[in-house]
Amino acid sequence: MTGRPGIWLAGLLALAFLLLFLVLPVARVFVTAFVDGDGSPTLGHFGAFFAQGLMRESFFNSLYVATMSAVFAALIAVPLAYFTVRFQFRGAILIQTLGVLPLIMPPFVGAVAMQLIYGRSGSLNLLLNEHLGFTLPLMQGLNGVIFVEAIHYFPFILLNLTVALRNIDGAMEEAAMNLGCRGWRLFWRVIFPLGAPGFVAGASLVFVKVFDDLGTPLVLGQTNLLAPQAYLRITQVGLEDPLGYVISVIMIVFSIAAMALSARLLRGRDYSTIQKGGVGIQRRRLSAPGALAAYGWVGLMLLVTLSPHAGVLLLSFASVWSFSPLPDAYTLAHYATVFQDSSSMIQNTLLYCGLAAGIDVLLGVTIAYLILRTTLPARQWLDWIATASLAVPGIVLAIGYLRLYKGITLPGTDVLLTSTWVMIMLAYAVRRLPYALRSCVAALQQLHLSLEEAAESLGATKLRAIRRVVVPLMAGGILAGFVTSFITAAVELSATILLVSADSQAPMSYGIYLYMQSIAGRGPGAALGVLAILVVALGTYLSNVVVERTGQRFESRVVDEDLPPLPVAAAPAKA
Amino acid sequence: MKRRPFLRETVITLVIAAFNATSAIAGTVTVVTSFPKELTQAYKTVFEKANPAIKVEILNKNTVQGIAYVRELPAGQRPDIFWASAPDAFEVLAGLKLLDNVADLANKAAPAKVGNYPINNPQGLYLGQALAGYGLMWNTRYMAANKLPAPAQWADLTKPIYFGHVAMSSPSRSGTTHLTVETLLQGEGWEKGWTQLLQIAGNCAAITERSFGVPDGVNNGQYGIGLVIDFLGLAGKYSGFPVEFAYPSVTAVVPANIGLVAGGKNAAEAKKFIAYTVSAEGQELLLDPKISRLPILPPEQMKGKVPPGYPNPFEIAKRAKVQFDSELSEARYNVVSAMFDQAITFRLKELQAASKAIREAEAALAKKPNAQAAVLLKQARDLAYSPVVGAGMAGDKNFLALFSANKKDAAVNRQVTGLEDNWNAKARANYTRSKALAEQAGGMVR
Repeated sequence: MTGRPGIWLAGLLALAFLLLFLVLPVARVFVTAFVDGDGSPTLGHFGAFFAQGLMRESFFNSLYVATMSAVFAALIAVPLAYFTVRFQFRGAILIQTLGVLPLIMPPFVGAVAMQLIYGRSGSLNLLLNEHLGFTLPLMQGLNGVIFVEAIHYFPFILLNLTVALRNIDGAMEEAAMNLGCRGWRLFWRVIFPLGAPGFVAGASLVFVKVFDDLGTPLVLGQTNLLAPQAYLRITQVGLEDPLGYVISVIMIVFSIAAMALSARLLRGRDYSTIQKGGVGIQRRRLSAPGALAAYGWVGLMLLVTLSPHAGVLLLSFASVWSFSPLPDAYTLAHYATVFQDSSSMIQNTLLYCGLAAGIDVLLGVTIAYLILRTTLPARQWLDWIATASLAVPGIVLAIGYLRLYKGITLPGTDVLLTSTWVMIMLAYAVRRLPYALRSCVAALQQLHLSLEEAAESLGATKLRAIRRVVVPLMAGGILAGFVTSFITAAVELSATILLVSADSQAPMSYGIYLYMQSIAGRGPGAALGVLAILVVALGTYLSNVVVERTGQRFESRVVDEDLPPLPVAAAPAKA
Repeated sequence: MKRRPFLRETVITLVIAAFNATSAIAGTVTVVTSFPKELTQAYKTVFEKANPAIKVEILNKNTVQGIAYVRELPAGQRPDIFWASAPDAFEVLAGLKLLDNVADLANKAAPAKVGNYPINNPQGLYLGQALAGYGLMWNTRYMAANKLPAPAQWADLTKPIYFGHVAMSSPSRSGTTHLTVETLLQGEGWEKGWTQLLQIAGNCAAITERSFGVPDGVNNGQYGIGLVIDFLGLAGKYSGFPVEFAYPSVTAVVPANIGLVAGGKNAAEAKKFIAYTVSAEGQELLLDPKISRLPILPPEQMKGKVPPGYPNPFEIAKRAKVQFDSELSEARYNVVSAMFDQAITFRLKELQAASKAIREAEAALAKKPNAQAAVLLKQARDLAYSPVVGAGMAGDKNFLALFSANKKDAAVNRQVTGLEDNWNAKARANYTRSKALAEQAGGMVR
């Protein structure tokens, strides 16, 4: 299959994109880590890194926090995913929609809101102290980081695992049940293993994301982790400290290694099932105590994960909120302030994030297909390079763009390429590509090759088979990828701040940041945050609708042509 | 997945938008600033009204990103004005030859110095635009709930009663925090200054990464007391938060600055804007309660616009016992920042633990004196509250030179990080040992 020019072309295009907008810009900056004062190459800076006790401590702290966050995120996400797919469960749509919301929490706002609810003087601790005389140090130390990260990133597992579970062939379950397998055993031995690609995709994302996350530890005052150590060194005024870049390089290597390891876990097994969509695993009724336990767990989880949103909502209506469980008084003034100048920000966010997520799923499907279905040499590198962007700090990517494209103007004008919003959009696409990619890889892993072969033996060209069979059957995974890319891009900040070169280009995340820089701006910032949540939730809902419509169109067309009906795309979320 | 028509449309919009989005029209002054919207908006509105031909475009970036932004753009495409607090940011820009001389734009009515600190850069590369002093801010509800008295001086913050209630930023993160730390070190002397700093840090609940994190945390009641720059404290108070602000008798008053970026697009218009911000009219805008900054003009020149009770920076600076030595400050800038981070920011958990044990032992000993325990306790205090670098070494020129050498040189970097590692390890060992000693002392009288 290597001989096909189309595949080579696709591979080269994907590689060109990654080189132009990720590898080269980042290399321009990271070169600092490898050169000596006089410009000659050296590894001395790496020696300086490993000689420091603080760095070793930070590394192990990062490892601990990332692992524990993935474990807790799984504890939240696996039951939620399982209940919604497996049982006749009222509120499944609610879980699917609300389950995405933690990702939409804009930076600064989320941290402020979490402090207001769970912090030292947050609502919870003030109430506990008043009525029961004790407080919970939820937001302190490394455990505080784990708590916040697990709540923030569990949707990665939820989204990917739900899609994976939906794709499982019902016949597998029936076969197991015929052989007498029931209950927990059925879950652990049959259903969960079949959904493993989705779980591993989600859990490895949580792991790498937490490992590289900067915002949460900084807000909680935890500096002894790798990402904050790199950041603090890179952003010190006036010092170009190679050690900061050394840390970044090490984080990238480690993130790629973690991803490679997760791929290895899945290697050598076949997760694909041939029959698609016709019968998924059967939905069952819950017994009364089971229902109680399930609803109780789901309710508790939703309460915890949505509390930051409640906090933001309260803050956006609060006139003054200080050292009290609830605000002193409420006002609508913050919304009035925000409505005056936010309409262009909303448009910008939708435009940049929509395009970025579009690019991401396009690249995601392409790279996933190249990795899993072709023998193109070095194809795995595409995956690794794309994944590495998780570990690139936003500020490094942005500086890389400014340096690499320095002085390049749009043809025929004197407008700098780097001062157009296209750069912001590309930065989003690059930074959020790994999310879409993981979802697409997981979706394709579950799709049996024979479906594509069948299409081709019926005379379809390769491209047509991909377009009409493979992509529709991956729709659920593609949607999950699009949604995660879209909503996480909507709250991207670190590259945004540097790349915004005019007020008219500013997306909502920048507006929120701007407001949150001053005391009088906290209310308007929160109000804009609420708007951002609404806009992104609406975007998520609409993309669900679009994919569902596409699915239906395929279905009806097949019937029109009087061919045996093709199975519907693995049902996307019915929201 | 057929969205070709959509795609085509998007591409067209994209090209059109990219073309007309950013080309700055003649007469647009672009200002890169770290200041909040209330302040920049006020200047933009009034200035545009007075100069209808000129448009002001505000680009808000934090100081570090602002420097990177200016540095990475080619000449002729850069923003026109850089406007921020930290004097070190301007030093960096000046070092990179990114600032043009603006000495002729200075307001001649402004005094040359506030205290011992020059208001305008002596080389004329940037001008002081407003004055700011550091002080203490506290949340009255928090203080009432925890039954804490209001502090008045820096030294009050070393008291055991404030354990776990204080917050500050780090000198490596905030230029004004650095000035406060340096003022303390110059006022009390190296050893004694560090002892006081370590005691205050031991009482800290957090060393925040952003200097704005401190007033924000005090406003919402996370921390009781914060070391903050005055306008952030005052703005919280005037916005209705239950907070108070006070200047201690020893404090640093320093200018926030404005400078003309070399290679900007519209230097002539930009100069007008700079001149306006330092003019008497521009200075009046600072007195708005939402802005609450101190003018560079003495109150008597403000035509009676200064509200009664408004702080007078020149008086505050006069009161200060310290004659601030900016050369000394600059010479040991990197050493002080690195020491603070290695011994305090990164080891806060251990320092807190040691402080807690010392506070408890002190309380126990006060009730039941014991000579032997007192000796142990003194050792514990000495271990926890002595700087990792002695005064002798801190005055050594060669030692200081190492820290301002080029860190890109691998050998230099290795030496510097080796020292930092040494401080970090030493601080950790000291705090752990101190905690053990204090606990031992406490155990003897229980």
